[in-house]
This record gives sequence, C-alpha cells and structure tokens, in this order.
Amino acid sequence: MTGPAILLDHGSGGEKSDTLIEESILPHIINPHLAVLNDGASVSIGGHRLAISTDSYVVDPIFFPGGSIGHLAVHGTVNDVSMCGARPLYLSCALIMEEGFPVQDLERIMADMGAAAKKAGVAIITGDTKVVPRGACDKIFINTTGIGITPEGTAPSADKAKPGDAIILSGTIGDHGLAILSSREGLTFQSEIKSDTAPLNQMVSDIIAICPEIHVLRDPTRGGVATVLNEVASASGVHITLHEDNLPIRPDVAALGELLGLDPLYTANEGKLLAWAPREKAEAVLTAIQNSPYGKEAAIIGEVTSTTDHPHVTLTTLTGGKRRVPRLTGDQLPRIC
Amino acid sequence: MTQALAPVSAMQLTVCGVVQGIGFRPYIWRQAKRFGLNGRVSNTPSGVTIRVEGTPESLEQFVATLPTDAPPLAHITEFTHTPVTAEGYSDFLISESTHGEAVATLIPADIATCAECLDEVNDPANRRFGYPFTNCTNCGPRYTLIAGLPYDRPLTSMAPFPMCHACREEYENPADRRFHAQPNACSACGPHVFLQDNRGEAVPGAPITNAGLLLKQGKIIAVKGLGGFHLAVDAADNKAVSLLRERKKRPAKPFAVMCRDLTQARLVAMISPEEEALLNSTGAPIVLLRKTPESETLLAPELAPGVNTIGIMLPYTPLQHLLLKAGPPIQVMTSGNPSSEPVLVDNNVALDRLSQIADGFLMHNREILQRNDDSVTQVVKSQESLIRRARGYAPMPILLSRSLPPTLACGGILKNTLCLAKGNKAFLSQHIGDMENEETLDFFHHTSELMQKLLGIVPEVVAHDLHPDAASTRYAQSLKGVDLVPVQHHHAHIAACLADNDADGPVIGIALDGTGYGTDGTIWGGEVLLVEGNSFQRAAHLAGTPMPGGDAAVKAPWRMTAAHLLHHGILTAEEVGHRLPLPGHLFPTETVTLIKQMMEKGINSPTTSSMGRLFDAVSALIGTCTHVTFEGEAAIRLQAAAEKAWPQEPYPFSWHGEADTRIIHTASMFKGILDDMDKTRPVEQIAARFHATLVELFTVLCQKIRKETGLDRVALSGGVFQNRLLLREMLHALKNERFTVFTHHRVPAGDGGLSLGQAIVAGMGKSMPPAAR
Ligand SMILES: [Fe+3]
Ligand SMILES: [Mg+2]
Ligand SMILES: [Zn+2]
Ligand SMILES: [Zn+2]
Repeated sequence: MTGPAILLDHGSGGEKSDTLIEESILPHIINPHLAVLNDGASVSIGGHRLAISTDSYVVDPIFFPGGSIGHLAVHGTVNDVSMCGARPLYLSCALIMEEGFPVQDLERIMADMGAAAKKAGVAIITGDTKVVPRGACDKIFINTTGIGITPEGTAPSADKAKPGDAIILSGTIGDHGLAILSSREGLTFQSEIKSDTAPLNQMVSDIIAICPEIHVLRDPTRGGVATVLNEVASASGVHITLHEDNLPIRPDVAALGELLGLDPLYTANEGKLLAWAPREKAEAVLTAIQNSPYGKEAAIIGEVTSTTDHPHVTLTTLTGGKRRVPRLTGDQLPRIC
Repeated sequence: MTQALAPVSAMQLTVCGVVQGIGFRPYIWRQAKRFGLNGRVSNTPSGVTIRVEGTPESLEQFVATLPTDAPPLAHITEFTHTPVTAEGYSDFLISESTHGEAVATLIPADIATCAECLDEVNDPANRRFGYPFTNCTNCGPRYTLIAGLPYDRPLTSMAPFPMCHACREEYENPADRRFHAQPNACSACGPHVFLQDNRGEAVPGAPITNAGLLLKQGKIIAVKGLGGFHLAVDAADNKAVSLLRERKKRPAKPFAVMCRDLTQARLVAMISPEEEALLNSTGAPIVLLRKTPESETLLAPELAPGVNTIGIMLPYTPLQHLLLKAGPPIQVMTSGNPSSEPVLVDNNVALDRLSQIADGFLMHNREILQRNDDSVTQVVKSQESLIRRARGYAPMPILLSRSLPPTLACGGILKNTLCLAKGNKAFLSQHIGDMENEETLDFFHHTSELMQKLLGIVPEVVAHDLHPDAASTRYAQSLKGVDLVPVQHHHAHIAACLADNDADGPVIGIALDGTGYGTDGTIWGGEVLLVEGNSFQRAAHLAGTPMPGGDAAVKAPWRMTAAHLLHHGILTAEEVGHRLPLPGHLFPTETVTLIKQMMEKGINSPTTSSMGRLFDAVSALIGTCTHVTFEGEAAIRLQAAAEKAWPQEPYPFSWHGEADTRIIHTASMFKGILDDMDKTRPVEQIAARFHATLVELFTVLCQKIRKETGLDRVALSGGVFQNRLLLREMLHALKNERFTVFTHHRVPAGDGGLSLGQAIVAGMGKSMPPAAR
C-alpha cells in the first residue's frame, strides 16, 4: 500500500475528520453551495428557499434501548434539515444490506422508520435497495436525504454566533452515546440509560415562531456538545463560556461516564439541539423549548463572551475554576502524567 | 636622574552571564581600587566590559580574583581577557550603560534576603528597622518584578515608587551596597504592607504583628510573597491545618512549611550539610527533608500524613522574616490558589478567589509581574535533585555543550515549563503548571511572549510533544513561519537529563514516568531507549496493559491493579473483586467485571507501558493507596512504605524478545506479591521488594544492553525518578556494575524538564525517531 489510509478516527467528527474533508474531499467538488460548516445546504429554487441534508446510518447495534437504526435514519436527517431553520417535508431512503440479514429485522426497522416519519410529519417519497455479499457491510446501512422549506427571515448558521448570545441546550447530554455503547458491548451495568433519539422539527418551529432571527442551531451528535461548541466558536470567531452547574446530565449517565472515563460533553446525542439566541430573546426561546415535547430539561448552559482571534471554549467548573474544553483530534486520550 | 617607573600594562576584559543588576560594576570598581588599577567598567550588549591599567602583578591579581570574589548573585558564563596598549587613565570610573539585544546579559533570578539586609531590618537603630521590603544589590526581587529590559527601575514594578533622598544617595554611590539596586526602597518611599479581613476591610494596627497574632489564634492568612500568594497557618495547630485542608479542598497532599530559622528547622527535620546549604542558598527553595521523631509531636498530624518527609523552606523576604518572628515559628506556607489553578498574584483577585479560604490578607502595594512559585528540591546521594524549578532558579540558563538555532520548546501537559534556547544557552521557564485551566494557559502564553522579548530570541524552530490534544502542542501549531518539530516525550526526558549533566549521547536512557504519547500511538512510560543525538531506539519497555477508563485509571489506581491482574491472566474478575479494597463500591466484583469488559472490548482502554501506572497498581493492591487525591500520591505512599523496610529481596521478573523488541513482564512479580499478601507479609516489606525488583530488573537489562552495544553510560529520567529511594538504589546498583550514570540535578526529572529536552532534540535537527516495531 502506498500513502496513508483511512482510519476510524477520520470518522470521529474530530479534527482528523476535518482534515480529511478539507484535503481529500472538498478540493474535488468545491462549489459555492457546499455548506461545510452546517448540517445541510440551503438553496433557492423557484422562489422557495430549500434546505437539503444527507446522512448515512451505520450504528452497531441496530436495535438499542430507546430505538433502532430506523429511528435514527429518520430523526437524524429530519434534525439536520431542521438545524438549517427549515421545515422538513420529504425524505429519501437508500438501504444497503448484507447477504443473510434477517427479513424480520428489516421489517422491524422499516416499521420504525414509518412510525418515526409519521410522528415527525415527513413523508419518505423515494428509495433504493442494494444487497452486498456477506462481510461487505455490517448487517444494514441506511442513507436518508431530507428536503425542507426555510421560512423567510430565518437563516441560522454556524458563523453567526455573536457576543452576548445565550447558548441553550434542549436537554440532557450523553444519553445516546452511552446507551449505544453499553448495549453494543453488552456491558453488565445496571442502568436505564436509553437513546434520546427524537425528531426536533416541532421544537425548531416553536423557536423560529418567537425568534426567527435565531443565530445558530446545531444538533450535537457525533463528538457531542463540546465538539459543536468548538466548531461554532471557530466558525464565528468567538470565545464561548460554559457553566458546569447548568449542564443537564442524568445521574446514571454521569455515573456510567465516570466508570468508563468518558466525558458526556464529548458523547453523542440524537435528540438534542443547541441554540444560540440573542440575549433579549434567550428566556423566551428557553421557554419555547421547554414547552415542546422533547425539551423539558432544556437549560441555558453558557454564552458567547467575546469575539477573538483565538476562538476557544471555557468551562466554568463547580469550584469556580476555568477549564479549557478543547477540540479533540480523535478519541479521548489520557493526558495525566 | 629620573625615577624608574613601574611598568604599566593594560588589559581589556569581557564578562558575560548574570552580571547586571547584581552589583557587578561596583564590585569591579572596588577590586580596581583594591589593586590600585585605573580604567573603566561599563555594561554593554555583549556583557560587562572592563579596561584596566596598572602593574603586571596587580593586573594578574585582578584577573585571578575577578571570578572567585564576584558578588554572590553573579553567574559568570564567559570571561575573556586580552592585553591591549595602555592609554594612561588617571582614575577608575563606572561608565553609563549601553543597551542592546544580545543575550549576553541574563535576567537575574529572585534572591533571598542577605544577611546584611536582615541585620538592618532587625536593628532598632537602623532606618530600615522592621521595613519588609529591604533589599540591596546582593538580594531581593528581580525576575518577579521585571517588565522589560534594560533592567532599570522604570521597567520594574518599583516604577511607582520614586526614591527618597536617602535611598537615592545609596543608589548613586558606587561604594554603597545599594549602588544601582533597582528595587532599593525604605519606609519613607517604598511599598508598604497592610492587613485586611476576608471582606477587604482594613484591620487597624501593625499589619505584620497582627497577622502573626491571628496565626497564633489558628487563623488562615493569605500572605502576598515574591512570586505569588501563600496561605499560612500555624504548622503546630492541627485544627488550623485541618481547616485549611477542608477549605482548600486538599485532603491529603503534604503542606510545605516555612521555619523561622535553621534552629527551628532542625527540631522537625534531619538536615545534612548539603541540605543545609540548599536551605540557605540564594534561591531559598523548599527542601524535602526527613522528619525527626520529634516532628510527630511538634507539628500537626494533618500536615503531611503518611509520608516520612517534610518540605521546609526558610524565609526569603524581610516580610517573611518579620511574620515568622511575629507569629508561630513554623508556619504552613502553601501556594495561595484554589486547587489546580496557578498561584494568585493580584490583590483583588486574591481577595475574590481566596475569601472562602483565608481569614485575613497580609498584602502590599508592589505588583508581582511574573508569577513564580516556590522551587522544590531534594538531596539524593549528596547531590541536589530538583523537583520543581521556579523562584530563585528560573530563568537562569542551562549552558549547553552544543549550539542551537533560536528554538522554542512548548513542553507537555502537566507541571509544564517552556524553554527558549539560542546558541549554547537554554532558558527554562519557571514552573507553569497543568495546562488545562484558562489561567494556566494565559500564564503559559504570557511567559512565552515575555521570555522571547526579554531574551531577544525569535524562535525559528518550535518543538512540541507528540500528544495531539495537548494545549502546548496546539500552541506550537498556532505559530506561523517556524519549523515545527514533534519530539517524543521520553526521548525529551533523556535529552534533558543529558543536558543537565553537560553530556551527549549515545546513552542507555531509562525513562520512567506516568504517561507520554508514543510513536506508535500507545501511551508509553516504562521505557529503555537507546538515545543518540536526535534519534532513539526503543530497546525495552513494560508490556502493554490496558488503562481502563483512560484518565479515570489515573485517579483510581485500583483500576490499574485490576488491569494488570486481569490482562496478564493472574486472577479472575471475581478474585480481584474479593482482594481489592474498593471503598465506595458496593459491588466490587460487578465493578471489576465492568472494568474487564471495558478492557476486552477496547472501550476507552488505551494501551500503556507506563511505570507510573505500575506503581499505582502495586500501591492499590497492597492497600497503600486506592484512590489518589493528588498527582503521584500512590507512588509516594508506596515509596514511603518501602523506605521503612528497605532492603528486601527482589521478586522474580522476566522479559521476552531480543535487542530492540524486549518486553518486560510483570506477572511473576504480581504472583510474588499476592503470595506475600497471603502470607500476611507486612506491606512495607512488599513495597520494598517491589522497589528492589525494579532496581534489579533495570540493572540486569543495562548489563545485557552493554554486552550487545558496548554502551556503558546510563541516563535516568522521568517523574518516577523523583522517588528518592529508587533513584538512590538505581544509582548505587548501576555504579556497582561500573556504569557511568547521569541523573537530574538542576533540571527536574519530571515533566518540568521536558521542554529543555525538546529544545535540544529539535534544535539538533528535525528527523523523527523511527516508528516502533
Ligand atoms: Fe513525563
Ligand atoms: Mg449529519
Ligand atoms: Zn541585601
Ligand atoms: Zn527611601
């Protein structure tokens, strides 16, 4: 083999992913619409502002506490379209299955997709099915693409965070990542941790209804809240301060995170969003989120402190210290010497 | 008949090093007078330049005595003298300075109060009686109050204090001890001290006397020192010490104390002549000393529980001398900071951040411009072995046997320092701290910029650790237009050790520490490296063991016990659960099972060959430490236990592989430990046997490597070598086998020395070490 090969870290959502995208992917396909920083792209067609987003789902295990790959494939794309400020309308669905995959499992997944789409108010209107030889993929991979309409006056984007913005998190963090991990590895840890997979389009509509100018909307999936905060800080050229005592974390998630040595701040979520709201609208946006079905535990977790040439994220700890929350290159690595 | 004139010759001399701001020119003036010489002395960019004329004999005496009689603070790095033609000077004068950008003159370190100044402070008849900021050219603050060079009062934090007439006269008189002493001051013109309560209200009366009284009453006082705040309590008052522990959230880490004088220090510690010299040295570091039996009754039990050493320093400012006289004779003097943050330097910040800890604040109105913690040192086998390099040592250069391009080395993660090097000088910064909180990162950035400015070094080469997520690595990567050179952690440790000994490769490097990123992406830390120049080979290392939970395994050493016992197939999860004392875990077996699952499934369980983690594993297994409350606690407790039962027989050990692939196995050692535990052998003996095993293991390994390579020089580095028992015994064993052994003296063996090693490796060239096979 000549030259470097793709590593698992290249898909971690950390800096290695960025480098791969910037150096090996973008140069070949670059064009003005390519929206790298956001979850989807916005285009205008026939006077309508459309948001388009695509994602592939490769989770292991495919069934887990709180949902299945079917839920993720619908919610993930619905959420990505929603984070553009758009109302998702239609999804496509492409399936890649491994020879030998039980039909029964496929049907269960499709039922989950159907139910999830119904609940989110979107229709799956086109699809594709491929089967590959045993071992060429792991059970089932699903790709969905979503399309939605963006209301006039709304254009949230990662580069729009402004000093004074309140950063609102719509609920507890780390649930999905730890639920998947414990069920995939069959950890014998007594817990009720479930994936938080959920559609967020209603929540986004409620936010936009009272704050159409919302600055940034992001769903902290892979890489968790810490990664999204760092991405937005960099894209907007700002310093972000977080408050540890405001971070909603379920006690059992915190406990398992501690046992595994994994920081929930870097752990994936599938039904949460982060909103950057102008200060004067912060309380109203928070209330709107708390009143929506998946936002009961929403909290203001921090704010944009200033513009800076050295964008970074600081966590104000319970003891009053100020800890840097860095962007990671890949997995969480030990540092203590 | 004309009278025969004595032959006149002339000489031009140049002196480089720390020769500014320490009374060097007045000293030359006095020497010239002493030998009846005429001429000039001046500060120039290339050092102090001297021109002397007189009889050949007196010139000879002048040259011979110049380095030996130099003022205590002078640090002469170069001294040249060449004959020139006489110009017929009729007097000897101190000329005005010319300033430039050369690195020939160095930034002086802060110096403990000299005996003469102390006498004045204690003399009721002296105008400086009781004045807490008394200093002279031989002593006082330097680096901590410098804002820029040239080192003149306007560029120091003494700028707001114009000298009174009396002080000005001293300052301008070449015969005076205070000639050009930039911080010169007295109670009429200089800074003053005041006492406030924790709401910032002034406490009426004499500040130092009242602070002393409060200390005697068991109160906690924040005291503004030279390089930062201290928190002081009466070291004999267990209630006060416990209260400080509780408020500072520092449950067990030993506190250092300041003793009124050597007599007080001898009551609580055994002090060798070498240790006494360090206590009295101008750097006035904290010296780790062995406790006396009497210390048990004289000092609070909570002061340094479970260890047989105590960190002691002597007062190094007049303010401290006065406070130690007014208050208890032995006081805890711990850094004034909320845990994990850098020591505080600003009055208002201290009032804000320490108001929950301190009852009173003894402060003053002179700003601390450079944060500088107390240095920590110890004596091993009659030689200094520095642990934390800061006040009194930094930023004095380490002289190198080679010449480096302008280089900045950014260090590691914990206990970090940075290093600027150019030519044959490497300037190691003061201790900066753990690079995770914002204040420490700011401090790091500030120090990097300030040192570049003061030393006039514009880095062309920038060295950093291999750890991709280290803040120091990111800082290096953010610098533009420089050559970035990643340097492997343990390679840097060995290079630092060699530089400390003015030595060069090739060498057998034994680098033992907690964690350092390896060239293969695993976490190294129990390494034998063959180091030559800017490359190395990994000759041997501890067998890879998972670290279940990553950093969580560092905080809970029992995880490493479980990892070693399970991964190497010594015990089952159930057996480990039964054996391990796991406070706070209701279901030890279930917890251990989860740990086992994590390791087997590779969940957040990076592979490590760390020696620090092996200490953790053994310490938790025999119960000396299962949960750490401060860094290195498990190893420190294991060492303390081992010292009580030394010497003991080693446990068996083994390795496999040849030459550069030797892997050291610990299974037979763990079986031996478990066996001893079953026989209820005292833990002290087990701890000692563990230390003996390491000594034996590495000695045998070195012999084997010598046979293969002919190398007979060994360098010992890495944080584990702060363990004085291990260091002493390794030194002893290797020397017995006729190895030449290099250990650390002026540069810490721990990560505080890392940046120096990085600078040297990077400066030497930019080739990377070979990837491990
Ligand atoms: Fe190290
Ligand atoms: Mg996506
Ligand atoms: Zn003095
Ligand atoms: Zn004065």
